[in-house]
Amino acid sequence: MGMTMSQKILAKHAGLDSVREGQLIRAKLDMVLGNDITSPVAINEFCKAGFDGVFDNEKISLVMDHFTPNKDIKAATQCKQCRDFAGKYDIKNYYDVGDMGIEHALLPEKGLIAPGELCIGADSHTCTYGALGAFSTGVGSTDMAAGMATGEAWFKVPAAIKFNLTGKLNKYVSGKDVILHIIGMIGVDGALYRSMEFTGEGLKSLSMDDRLCIANMAIEAGAKNGIFEADEITEEYVKQRVGRPYQTYKADPDAVYAETYDIDLSTIKQTVAFPHLPENARVVDELTEDVKIDQAVIGSCTNGRISDMRAAAEILNGKHIAKGVRCIVIPATQKVYMQCIKEGLAEIFINAGCVFSTPTCGPCLGGHMGILAAGERAISTTNRNFVGRMGHVDSEVYLASPVVAAASAIAGKITGIS
Amino acid sequence: MKAQGTVHKYKDNVDTDVIIPARYLNTSDHKELASHCMEDIDKDFVGRVKPGDIMVAGLNFGCGSSREHAPIAIKASGISCVIASTFARIFYRNAINIGLAILECDEAAKEIDAGDEVSVDFDTGVITDVTKGRSYQAEPFPEFIKEIISAGGLLNSLKK
Repeated sequence: MGMTMSQKILAKHAGLDSVREGQLIRAKLDMVLGNDITSPVAINEFCKAGFDGVFDNEKISLVMDHFTPNKDIKAATQCKQCRDFAGKYDIKNYYDVGDMGIEHALLPEKGLIAPGELCIGADSHTCTYGALGAFSTGVGSTDMAAGMATGEAWFKVPAAIKFNLTGKLNKYVSGKDVILHIIGMIGVDGALYRSMEFTGEGLKSLSMDDRLCIANMAIEAGAKNGIFEADEITEEYVKQRVGRPYQTYKADPDAVYAETYDIDLSTIKQTVAFPHLPENARVVDELTEDVKIDQAVIGSCTNGRISDMRAAAEILNGKHIAKGVRCIVIPATQKVYMQCIKEGLAEIFINAGCVFSTPTCGPCLGGHMGILAAGERAISTTNRNFVGRMGHVDSEVYLASPVVAAASAIAGKITGIS
Repeated sequence: MKAQGTVHKYKDNVDTDVIIPARYLNTSDHKELASHCMEDIDKDFVGRVKPGDIMVAGLNFGCGSSREHAPIAIKASGISCVIASTFARIFYRNAINIGLAILECDEAAKEIDAGDEVSVDFDTGVITDVTKGRSYQAEPFPEFIKEIISAGGLLNSLKK
């Protein structure tokens, strides 16, 4: 029986010729990731268990991105704990304020993930790196601790859903609209325990930033991982960043998929997910009610990359956001931040009345830098709109692409652009 | 191993942001996390929960963030077992890894009501609603996972 892309990568890392759905395996890891929230719990467990060394100081990444620059004393204490641990074990990929970025934008940008590699991260959006053709999945802090110590993790080999993409995205429609459409179609547990595998000639019209955005939100459909078949676009992205050899994987022609969806990208429209689940997807043009907003957030591990910044700036150029709206623009990494300055995007944002922030996860998870009061509404390019996600339990988050968020900030209500 | 307690019941898609809101993730202290457990969807939970109590929920329990603080907060609040129709996969892993007992059983998750007295036998996977006088058979764990649990969590199982 043939294997899916995900199964092939797992088999390779488990030292097996083949694996089958449901099989429990132990596999070698190419990268173990943690952030300033999840790493302290992992470090506590690591120390409590009595480990006195890491498996490979070049294959661990610690990124201080959630509550940084430190929002309060407790957050500062957690970062200090990570910093001390990184120092003690000489962790090469430790990123702190000044050179950090949002982890899932930073690791691909730095070439720390390559096609065919196996990565776990103590952050649910670790599934982002599937965009590069890697098997990458979110775990908890104890798995991270075990990974740092042994370089291995256990996996139950997943079944998979195949998304066969055709056609081409229309102007002002992006990867964000594609993934919101898919989650709306299959639901927040539509891919539970499974891989989402993306293939087909439609891949050609998806930039790496679109793919990173789509794979990022695989977890919002419950998936174990999202993965794209590597192609020329992958090669082009990776060759500028990755110095080590890597291997790409295609699914076997007779690979078994639990389900297959054919999606014509040209039929996807600008989409927004209403509170309080990402599956509440609605086409922006078909909204019948006015949804007034108090805040727009443009950034995050989903949509904080340079193409997202350019897309938002194109809409905001020469315009001003509506009175009574706060618009917070957060480039995801220092490199993206610098690029925004060089290209004049920072000036466009500030002239439009936006805040232009240093990289941080900040408001996405209701941490800092843009918390909502009771009754307030935000449109956001982030990935979750759960109850209380961005602040007060009686606030609301609507998920959308950078162009829709920017257009909405100008209009003061949820609006598309044609 | 057995557990018995009063049921706290929740719906589908209980996410980790409501189990423990991110605004409290600036600590990893178990007791402090427990003091905010479930507060965004059930603000009386912390005052109501007694040691040994059981949480019952619908589909996709624990979806969203990978924060291990979520099963830690539930366990430290005194909950002895979570029964759900299905669990989100990272929460499922985390619960096993930290030693919070969880059972998948759709029928039990649907029929058991808040306030029922329920007992669970982890060796057999039998869930008994003492109040209603009904029993259910949960999916047993694979051997591999039983070994992690019997060792007292993932890290202990690695040290053997």
